[in-house]
Amino acid sequence: MEELLSLFYENREFIFLIIVSVFLGIEVISNVPAVLHTPLMSGANAIHGVVIIGSIIIMLQADPSNYYALILGFLAVILGTLNVVGGFVVTNRMLEMFKKKSK
Amino acid sequence: MWSPTECSKCLRKNPSNMMTDLLGLSILELCYIGASITFILGLKMLSSPDKARKGNLIAGYGMGLAIIATILFKEELTADKWLNYTLILAGLIIGTVIGTRMALKVKMTAMPQMVSFFNGMGGACAAVISLVEFDHLRHGQETESGMLLVILLGLIIGSVSFSGSIVAYGKLEGKIGDKALPAGQFINIALLILLFGLATWMVVVGCSEMSFIYALLFASLLYGVLFVMPIGGADMPVVISLLNSFTGMAAAFGGFLYGNQAMLTGGILVGSAGTILTVLMCTAMNRSLTNVIIGSFGGGSNSSSGKEGSQETVKEISVTDAAILLAYANKVSVVPGYGLAVAQAQHTVHNLEKILEEKGVELTYAIHPVAGRMPGHMNVLLAEADVPYPKLLEMEDANDSMNSVDVVLVIGANDVVNPAAENDPNSPIFGMPIIKVWNAKNVIVLKRSMGKGYAGIENELFFHPKNRMLFGDAKDSLEKLIAEVKNL
Repeated sequence: MEELLSLFYENREFIFLIIVSVFLGIEVISNVPAVLHTPLMSGANAIHGVVIIGSIIIMLQADPSNYYALILGFLAVILGTLNVVGGFVVTNRMLEMFKKKSK
Repeated sequence: MWSPTECSKCLRKNPSNMMTDLLGLSILELCYIGASITFILGLKMLSSPDKARKGNLIAGYGMGLAIIATILFKEELTADKWLNYTLILAGLIIGTVIGTRMALKVKMTAMPQMVSFFNGMGGACAAVISLVEFDHLRHGQETESGMLLVILLGLIIGSVSFSGSIVAYGKLEGKIGDKALPAGQFINIALLILLFGLATWMVVVGCSEMSFIYALLFASLLYGVLFVMPIGGADMPVVISLLNSFTGMAAAFGGFLYGNQAMLTGGILVGSAGTILTVLMCTAMNRSLTNVIIGSFGGGSNSSSGKEGSQETVKEISVTDAAILLAYANKVSVVPGYGLAVAQAQHTVHNLEKILEEKGVELTYAIHPVAGRMPGHMNVLLAEADVPYPKLLEMEDANDSMNSVDVVLVIGANDVVNPAAENDPNSPIFGMPIIKVWNAKNVIVLKRSMGKGYAGIENELFFHPKNRMLFGDAKDSLEKLIAEVKNL
């Protein structure tokens, strides 16, 4: 219990940030027209690829002799990059078509 | 664990480098703030058609900035870690090459499953990070229960998102069918209780056994599969959107673990925006989220069986008759569905539109919110064929003006024009808003065969007195129609 309390207290700023971000996320997309649902989902998909930063941090902090961390970290970097790059490129392809139409 | 302590640690370690370390870490934090701003702006701009593309690019640049800054400034770069740096770069290059190739090669019709696949990769990334951090924590002096909690939550959500997304991908690709286990819901709930029971126990006891984390990983992966398996293909977009927000949450747990603001804001933004998007999609289909998750679609074999006894006749129409009907109409409305997408007929239908317009026919498209496989999917496809925006009517507008339409051309759509949604309370799609095509003077349905729609139910519309069927591949039939209209 005490540990959970200290977890809360130590991270109160992060918890504050989380709550604000939740409302921001809801607010930011609440006016999206149905036409853009698919590109928006795809764009959001690319943004959560930010998880790749975690995998880079693992690799930076891993001891060069810790093969468990190195191999899994390497795998995580590939997976994260796929999410980021694939996500943004697919979204861009979808939106390219909208641009062509509006001219 | 958190950046302020980390900073003081590294200052102690090497006092002579105090200024450069502080400078580097400040630059890193600035980059994270910048990245967070681009994520917010990007999402905001993605909500408006004119700025959407720019928004996506901006968020992409922000992501690139955050990645590069992390590599350069997060830790002091030392020569003995050359292997680590090589692996990071190699991973980035491999991921970029494969990701770009897949994203550029995929057909527009297969977009939803591609999004699902990339989403699964993000989930897997979060799960792998948790595995490494668990091992890391194990070798520390003491097990902090707070850290352990965050790691386990990241592992569970990431794994569920991964296996669920891959099943969703397989279903949309047609590689996996809808299979419901008997008493599947009870198994799922039992598994869910087991998952969280095990995780809670591990946190309380401070368990650091690798076998337990593997058990947790396995159970989470299994849950993801069982969670998506019984859900019907028609509901996949909702599931993908839900899993998308799961991965967002998993990324946010990672951000919490590393005290990393960019991961936190990015993850939480997607987590909350994704949840809202999921709800919006459910609203478009007039179904609740619990209904989608618990009630498996099309399973009600007894629901529409009553109709089968009354074998009504289906009227066919020849291509020539259809062409005449279209050419002499004043107003024509096209209802496109997934069949149009599968047949790659979006360009053909645009050609028909141009030819009919030369003959003075007013042609519009009636777009159901969930036409295709995802909300907005049909708009993307028609945009590809250069169909101008003002011609795309949303469902409500299309229904309002349906009385004045002479001919409705239903191309490869089925469930979204099924009257059962209005008048058969036993139907699984009862209550879903539909395009009321039978209010028009004539209806022509272009269809490959008398097969059932995605929801797996009969369509009374085919037996409606106003309706006639034009059987065949959508693209083929449209091309014949164009030729006939030209000859008139």
